[in-house]
This record gives sequence, structure tokens and C-alpha cells, in this order.
Amino acid sequence: MKNLKKATKVDFATYLGVTVSFVIMYILQTGGHLSSSIAGQLVPICCFIVMAVSLNLVVGISGELSLGHAGFMSVGAFGGIIAAQSLAGAVPFAPLRLTIAIVVGALCAVIIGFVVGVPVLRLRGDYLAIVTLAFGQIIKDLINCLLVGYDSHGLHIMFNISGLKSINDLHLEETGKAIIKGAQGAVGITKISSFPAGFILVMLALVIVLNLIRSRSGRAIMAIRDNRIAAESVGLNITKYKLMAFVLSAAMAGAAGALYGLNYGSLVASRFDFNTSILVLVYVVLGGLGNIWGSIIATVVLYMLPEALRQFSNYRMLVYAIVLILVMLATNNDQLKALLRRIIPTRKEADAQ
Amino acid sequence: MLKVNDINVYYGAIHAIKGVSFEVNDGEIVTLIGANGAGKSTILNTVSGLLRSKTGSIEFLDKPLGTVPAHKIVERGIAHVPEGRRVFLQMTVEENLEMGAYTRPNAGVAAHLERVYEQFPRLKERRRQIAGTLSGGEQQMLAMGRGLMSDPKLLMLDEPSMGLAPILVEQIFEIIASLHKAGTTILLVEQNARMALSVADRAYVLETGKIAISGTGKELAASDEIRKAYLGG
Repeated sequence: MKNLKKATKVDFATYLGVTVSFVIMYILQTGGHLSSSIAGQLVPICCFIVMAVSLNLVVGISGELSLGHAGFMSVGAFGGIIAAQSLAGAVPFAPLRLTIAIVVGALCAVIIGFVVGVPVLRLRGDYLAIVTLAFGQIIKDLINCLLVGYDSHGLHIMFNISGLKSINDLHLEETGKAIIKGAQGAVGITKISSFPAGFILVMLALVIVLNLIRSRSGRAIMAIRDNRIAAESVGLNITKYKLMAFVLSAAMAGAAGALYGLNYGSLVASRFDFNTSILVLVYVVLGGLGNIWGSIIATVVLYMLPEALRQFSNYRMLVYAIVLILVMLATNNDQLKALLRRIIPTRKEADAQ
Repeated sequence: MLKVNDINVYYGAIHAIKGVSFEVNDGEIVTLIGANGAGKSTILNTVSGLLRSKTGSIEFLDKPLGTVPAHKIVERGIAHVPEGRRVFLQMTVEENLEMGAYTRPNAGVAAHLERVYEQFPRLKERRRQIAGTLSGGEQQMLAMGRGLMSDPKLLMLDEPSMGLAPILVEQIFEIIASLHKAGTTILLVEQNARMALSVADRAYVLETGKIAISGTGKELAASDEIRKAYLGG
């Protein structure tokens, strides 16, 4: 281990930590030792870890503020639900159907990521934040207009712009199934998400992001964040690398969305609203910008926290906010930082030794 | 090597460069001098593709650069060291230099790194140090070294003396002279006219977007007009 770089060691520790936590939780879950509220949170936590890790790629590594990450999750969720529900007959094996749904969800998010990213990433400044903020709202309203059903003739998709149509206007056959019923959202979803699938997705996201950061392209992305003009002067194609980070991040959010959507019996588009985007951003910021394992820990702790605070009933969100502020104060405290550095040497000091 | 012919550059409605033409020959140091806002940096940014000229042409090694995007121009052999020591503050010195070789195949990079370290021994001492902790002069050396890492045929330096103590300015110009001796062609933009003219083969004086005077470095340094306007009498 000694001749390995410090960064590589941190990466391996991250993989190891995630794997060990998964194995422990999985044994507890299959043994029936988990309360139903905790067991029910396992898959969403995996989804939100993937969300935080992927958002960290844009906000921490690429240095662009994106406020619509939940929008990509939404696109992936409904794309994945349509794929999984309509393939229920053709692909009876649930794990395979889930895999297809996740791939479809990721692809849908990639397409939308390009549409949003290509024009916006050419601009400098806060435009990405503004546009992604709007995108998150628009996508929610668009999905509220969506009517999708499936019968032996295949998929029926209708866009209910006037607001007057209902699922009956799709004229499905007797045996047909409604998949998305406009503002009622997706209904009658067969739950096929599982904790092991969530773990695999988290590991996949980690392998992609950690390897990207250590790669040639990752170095370019961070160079652009550090100094755009210098990056341009050494011959980096700024738009290409920003787009690479943004679209890759969208793809992972889409995959996480598909897994999330297929974990519930029904799902409405307003689940993925501005608050959800901000929630993920909070995970990323509190975990540390550019710090991948920090994102994971922040997600797990902050996702569990509202549940753990149930005893405070009405004051729950108040306590949640106070905890957030305390964490921020504590992590910015110089003495505490010095203590942490003694336990975990930073890169600069490790290099100096 | 570089032929700039009648370029006009605008910032919105502002006509910043008004029909400038000049050329840089193989092996020369050519300097553009002039006051603040004369358009010196704008010309460099136009050559390196960050800005576009509305008219005229820019040719490098007999090939037009007109519509080539900035990141491709580096591959053609022009390195631009931008104004104000723009180094990657969070990377180490060596990582900064490696970034300079981004457009090149990996094979020759290690040998080239050693060559840059020979020219800038100070950078070798600090190779593992984070660039943000370097002094101003060292950051300028790092920016120049990074420019050299792409093995350019033409090195464009934008105000390398800016904000440096006189002794460091002298050091930087010694390095420029030694790069020239080693055969690098240099296009130098400077406000420090005295130092720039002392190393330059030829010089162009810019005034409000136009070339006012041109000549060899010695001629201009001896000219009364230049002495009064730029060299303090």
C-alpha cells in the first residue's frame, strides 16, 4: 500500500466503506433486524447518494452551480417507469427489467442534459444556475401534462397541454394499463427496486466519478474550474469538458431517478421539485465541494436525520436547520480542522513528507 | 512566421483595434508597447483565438488562423501566456507544467519538463509546492514555463513584468533573452517599454488601437519621440 498515491488510498477506502456498510445493512435487513422505517429508507438513500455524488461532479469538480438536479432525476424516474411498466410482459425477470429501466432513465437524462447544457455551458457566469433552476420547474409541469398508457398496440403517449384530456382519451384496450396519469403521476408501479441494486448503482457512480477525477479529462475539468483563461491558453476545449461533466452528472441522476421511481407504488412529478434539488445541493456542500466520500456521509446522515428527529414532531425541521448550522460552524472551525488534519493528513502535507 | 494583416476588433460598440498589421519572423523577439488601453492584450487575444477580428487575416506558418478555435491554435504551435500570471492555484507546480503539455502526446513530456526545469531552476526546487503559495515572480515563471511545455513555435507573453519588483523584472527579462538565444520566437506585450526595447529585435508602438511607430528595438529606444512618451525623457 505504501507506494500507492494518497488519492488512490482514499478512493479504495471509499469503496471499502461503502461495501462494508452495504454488507452489514444487507445482513441486518435479510435477518429482519431493521425497523420498517429504516429498511424503507435503504433504497432512497442509495438513490440520493448517487444524486449527491453526481451533483458534486458539476458543483465541486467542474465548479458550475446547478439548481435543477432533481429535474434530471425526474426525467430518469418517469423514463424508467415507462420502460419498466411497458416491458413487464416482455421481460418477466425483474432485475433485468430494472437494469433496462435504469439505462433508459439515464439515456433520457443524457438527452435532456445535452439540450440544457449545449447552449448554456458556452456562457460564463451564473447562467447555468438560472437555466437549471428554470429547467427543474419546467420539467415538473411538463410531466404533469403527460398521459402514458400501454396495451397490445404498444405505448400510447399524449400531451395534455389543454388540461382537458384524461387517461381515457388514450383509448387503451381492455387489457391495457395506464402508466402516467398526468398530474396524478405514475400509478400502479410494480416495485422492482432493491437494496442490492442500489448498492451496485452507488458503486458504479463512484467508479465513474473517482476514475474521471483522476483521469486526463478530470484534470482538464478541474483546471477549467481553477482558472478558465489559463485553461483556455493551454489549449483545453472548455465547452467540451464542461459538457462532459454536466451530461455525465445528468446521466447518473437519471439512473438514480429510475431506481427511486421503481421503489414506490406511485410517484408524482412534484416529488422532484426545487426543494429536492436544494436538498441534494445541501448534501454536496456540507460533505465538502469536490469531496466524494464527504458527499456520501453527508447524504446518509442528513437523509436519516429528519426520521431520527420524529420525536420533536412539529419542531422537526427547526431542529434540522439548527443541526445544519452547527455542522457548518463546526466544519469551519480552525481548531477542529487542525484536529481532523492530525487524524487524516491532507494532500499537501502528505506530499511534503 | 506570424502575419497579421489589417485586423479590426470590437468590444460591442467599442472599436478597440483599428486596422493593425504586423509580422513576426522566425527567431525574432517582437514587442508591442503602448499605454494602458492601447489594445496590446486585445491583439494577443485575437491571435490566440479568444477574440475574433471582423476583417483582415491572421496567418501562422502560411496557414490562416481566422476561424480556428482557441484550443486548436495551441496545437498549431502558438502558446499564449496570459496577463496576470494565471496559474492553476490549487495544483502543484509540476501539475501546472504538465497541464501545459495537454495537447501533446505523452511520450516527450518528461524530457521536455526537464528542459523547462533547466530554464527555470527555481520551479524545480518547488515542483511539489501548490502553485497558489508561490510568490508573484515564481508564478510568472510558472506561467511562462507552462507556455513552453506545449513546445510552441511562437511564444506570446502578455505583460510578464506586471506587478513585479524591479529585480524580478530583470530576472524575467534575462529569461526572455535566454529563451530567444535558445531559438524561441517571441511576441512580447509590455508596458515596461525600456526593458522590452532592450531585448526586442523589432518593436511596434500602439496608440489607441493603431500602430503609431515601428522599427528595430534600438531605433525606437534611441528615438526622441519614444523617449519622451514612454521612457520618461
